[in-house]
Amino acid sequence: MKPDLLIKGGRIIDPSQNLDKISDLLITRGKVNKIQDNDTISQSKSLPVVDASGYIVCPGFIDLHCHLREPGFEDKETIVTGTQAAAAGGFTTICCMPNTNPPLDNKASVDYVKCKAENEGEIRVLVIGCITKSRQGKELTEMYELAESGIIGFSDDGEPVANSRILSLAMEYSRSLGLPIIEHCEDKNLADGGFMNEGWVSTRLGLKGIPAVAEEIIIARDIALAELNKAKLHVAHVSTKGSAQLIRNAKEKGISVTAEVTPHHLTLTEERVMRSPSDKNKYLVYDTNAKVNPPLRTKEDIDALIIGLNDGIIDIIATDHAPHTSVDKMCEFGLAAFGISGFETALGSLMGLVHNGQIDLTTMISKLTTEPARIIGTKHGELGTLKVGSQADITVFDPNKEWIVNSQSFFSKGKNTPLDGYEFKGKVMASIFAGNIVYKDESIKIDGNNE
Amino acid sequence: MKTSEPKSNVISTETFPPLSISSWRHRHILDLDDFTTEEIELVFEIADAMAEILTREVKKVPTLRGKTIVNLFYEPSTRTRSSFELAAKNLSADTISLDASKSSIAKGESLVDSLCTLQALGADVIVMRHSQSGAPYLAAQHTNTSIINAGDGWHAHPSQALLDLYTIRSHLGKLDNLKVVIIGDIMHSRVARSNIWGMSTMKTKLTLCAPATLLPKGLEDFINKYQLPNINIEPKIETALEEADVVMPLRLQMERQQSGLLPTLREYIQLYQLNKHRLSLAKPNALVMHPGPINEGIEISSEVAHGVQSVIEKQVTNGIAIRMSLFYLVTGGKKNEA
Repeated sequence: MKPDLLIKGGRIIDPSQNLDKISDLLITRGKVNKIQDNDTISQSKSLPVVDASGYIVCPGFIDLHCHLREPGFEDKETIVTGTQAAAAGGFTTICCMPNTNPPLDNKASVDYVKCKAENEGEIRVLVIGCITKSRQGKELTEMYELAESGIIGFSDDGEPVANSRILSLAMEYSRSLGLPIIEHCEDKNLADGGFMNEGWVSTRLGLKGIPAVAEEIIIARDIALAELNKAKLHVAHVSTKGSAQLIRNAKEKGISVTAEVTPHHLTLTEERVMRSPSDKNKYLVYDTNAKVNPPLRTKEDIDALIIGLNDGIIDIIATDHAPHTSVDKMCEFGLAAFGISGFETALGSLMGLVHNGQIDLTTMISKLTTEPARIIGTKHGELGTLKVGSQADITVFDPNKEWIVNSQSFFSKGKNTPLDGYEFKGKVMASIFAGNIVYKDESIKIDGNNE
Repeated sequence: MKTSEPKSNVISTETFPPLSISSWRHRHILDLDDFTTEEIELVFEIADAMAEILTREVKKVPTLRGKTIVNLFYEPSTRTRSSFELAAKNLSADTISLDASKSSIAKGESLVDSLCTLQALGADVIVMRHSQSGAPYLAAQHTNTSIINAGDGWHAHPSQALLDLYTIRSHLGKLDNLKVVIIGDIMHSRVARSNIWGMSTMKTKLTLCAPATLLPKGLEDFINKYQLPNINIEPKIETALEEADVVMPLRLQMERQQSGLLPTLREYIQLYQLNKHRLSLAKPNALVMHPGPINEGIEISSEVAHGVQSVIEKQVTNGIAIRMSLFYLVTGGKKNEA
């Protein structure tokens, strides 16, 4: 029995319909039934009601880039804990990367994840398949069969396809599938095993740096190949000013390229590696929780990324949620794993930018809903919208609620966040998937008999 | 504390030394970036007293009797490790030296677990050498034991920089307004990085001289960021050496050429080796120093390494005095902290 639910009195923002008004939203049998002004929806006694006054009600967030670690690294995350964490972050659709063990480079592996997610997951999990077998960059996967199994794109994330000919062939071969090639853009020779952004902080700390150009050179190459092959290119986790400029130029030329940026690349700089605002310690820190690939960059990069986001050069915000165990992180900086557990802090981080006036609320929401839905397409239903008749995937958040990040209370197994102890303003109050409340803040009360 | 007795005499007693260390605030010695001029001077003052002990027939005082000092070396080292070990023994501390490649660490024990074990065993000071930059900072975060950084990755080697400064001071009588030139692999050098801090604090002018591929990419920004007006970069060795009071070539590791940072060792030798001719471009009695181990015939010619201007062996001896001073300060400082 699909649930009914009334969300009362919230400010409904749905960029897909240019909607921004205070209204009630009625969910019937798991679908959006109607959006009407206050108190015009008649309430039957049994209808559960979420009081959303003072809150934003928007389409459920979509994350085009995350790591659920299953199969193979279940000590870092599982589909169960990953989807719980995503729901707590306001996400109702997430797309998981195929760098599992075994990697998702064939239909059987993709089916395994899909099947597990359907049975155990709280929300919608969509799968990204590998470009090359075992992510080795040598032989193409069976891209047609992967597409038939329902993947939303191809990526060897964690690795670029280093061989330009292989990437070109992948784009050419898969062109008629209409699925994006999602590239982790990093010239591994230039990065040369580096640990953080190359600059004064890496010099200060004596850590090998990853230059910005290591990212930009691959983006430039990939854009050229996308143009040549008339392929759809999606650039994962853009982190530099130069990258934003390359994507801007490509878009102006009409090349089919989209791009994402993570909340951490929009809010933290390389200095976070050596200094923690919450740490009273007078000594430097080598904070492995701020070790991420691509690395945290500079203020100048952040400024360019925010401009790009506002201009539409950067299409979406994705978390690159990359959970790790404490063993992976509580070690020497150079030996620590790359990655940030990002689901549960995404909204809080981004709302900081909204409160500072750097991006507006509707833009933020569209980058988390309408825009990623556009990249995914409609094969999996109409996503990222509150249109009447669509599945009721909804995020309710309080733009002004203040809270303090405590990684130990994360649903994710990955407590690896550089944001522990940060004070945020803006918090997810409820996540609704197909009309079911899959996450709610403890302060939310549901009137009626059905939670 | 008694202060009336002359330094050289009091060392023989158990109450040594009566120098004022009550203001000492460093539980750990991780780098020189947070040292003041006065603190570096204090290290030197105590090192002077320690150096006197080293001239005695019986080079031992009971100052650290009952203290346990662990040398935890994750990276091969002969010189630094022996120096710390002798320094501890001269002060009558009990010492253990652990070669991390042969212990439980090789079996996969994490750094933090290893340190907690050493702390539980009663270590008062852990001297740590590690190939990863920042490893001693991780250690300092997770133990109450004093950590002395004996070299971490490319990052810092504070006791080496202190002994370099101490050696310069003892030969030239001062540190301010001298010109020191460090030549070679600055990028991978923890010695150079710690000397940047130490020399900036002591107002010594430091010129860093290397081919661009051996300079850290963010070096200029770093110098600007921290406003270090005494630190200069000069890629041309002949220019760098003009008016130099001290010349310090760094060890050039063979793998630098293999990884493509240099075309050939031959060209490096031609461009950067400190030889007799180049040394003549510095001041007439300029000191020649080297943090060791030396690749004779690569970064320095044999005749210069063993020439009259070389104080390389003196650095080694001074290293023991400096490390005795550091042991003394961190163990004494700890008492004051409680």
